[in-house]
Amino acid sequence: MPPDTNIWLVIFCLGVGTFLVRFSFIGIIGDRDLPEWVLRHLRYVAVAVMPGLVAPLVLWPDATGGTPEASRLAAAGAALLAGVLTRSPLWSIVAGFGTLLLYPLIF
Amino acid sequence: MSQVTRSYWQGVRTALPFLLVMGPFALLFGVLATEAGLTRVETTAFSVIVIAGAAQFVALQLLTESAPLAAVILTGLAVNLRMLFYSAALVPHLGDAPLWKRALAGYLLFDQTYGMAIQRFETLTGMTGTQKYAYFYGCATPLVIFWYGFTVVGAVAGNLIPEGYPLDFAVPITFIALFAPALRSLPHLGAAFVSVVATLALGWVPYNLGLIIAALIAMASGAALELWLTRRAEGGSDAA
Repeated sequence: MPPDTNIWLVIFCLGVGTFLVRFSFIGIIGDRDLPEWVLRHLRYVAVAVMPGLVAPLVLWPDATGGTPEASRLAAAGAALLAGVLTRSPLWSIVAGFGTLLLYPLIF
Repeated sequence: MSQVTRSYWQGVRTALPFLLVMGPFALLFGVLATEAGLTRVETTAFSVIVIAGAAQFVALQLLTESAPLAAVILTGLAVNLRMLFYSAALVPHLGDAPLWKRALAGYLLFDQTYGMAIQRFETLTGMTGTQKYAYFYGCATPLVIFWYGFTVVGAVAGNLIPEGYPLDFAVPITFIALFAPALRSLPHLGAAFVSVVATLALGWVPYNLGLIIAALIAMASGAALELWLTRRAEGGSDAA
């Protein structure tokens, strides 16, 4: 990083920009009712964003140079299965982490 | 204990397992940022003002590569663009409140708080607006404390993460924990499937924008499936 880099400019612009992104709809729309077709789409935000965010990290992790790796695949599978079956993020994390840490000891 | 206080503490409790990731992740940011040449004050301010893990790491990476500042800022913002969807999805739950409460919720809106809150709001009906806000702030409190705190620890103390702690994969596991419990119907499963396939297929799109396009397609798929199931159920009763 060049010594005269204006770090504060980066922090300020990223901070303000990120806040505006997050505040956007809650701030502008507020308590006005959204039409039903919009609500119907918004019900699927979590399952439309997060699986896509995770997929490349699971399949091609940076830490292994981008090759699929057994303990990470198993951990992702365990977290997914536990999350679907128990409906609880806690057990999903426990199952995922547990598999990730125990896998090298077993296989 | 009032319903509102109870909602707050339920939020705190739900957030606790996520600290397992948040702490080390913030620590790593503190370490890498100071190694890249940021002062401790700049490093801490970064975490407090921007408060978005993935974007902070991406911006830091580009800064160390001496990328133009405009590129650093725009790429960081592109990474955060997905939060537009989170903001929209929370409007029916958090929209009806004074401006300062909505502004604070905007500042505290990231993957984990959104994921925990929406799970709760959609499965537990009959929560009042005040209870929803209490739950949301409850989820955010321990996460934010860890995010700030461990950034400072990393910036001051250096790397304390034990060798072999699979930090790279702790983050994906928490994301899975945030959406897996929501896979409760055919439209949800369909949207998740489309999200994965479309994001992988659009991996070549610059600035992480493939994820945004894929999210739009996946949302449309979920909504279309829901509509189709409803119409089929109605059509079935007409025919009978």
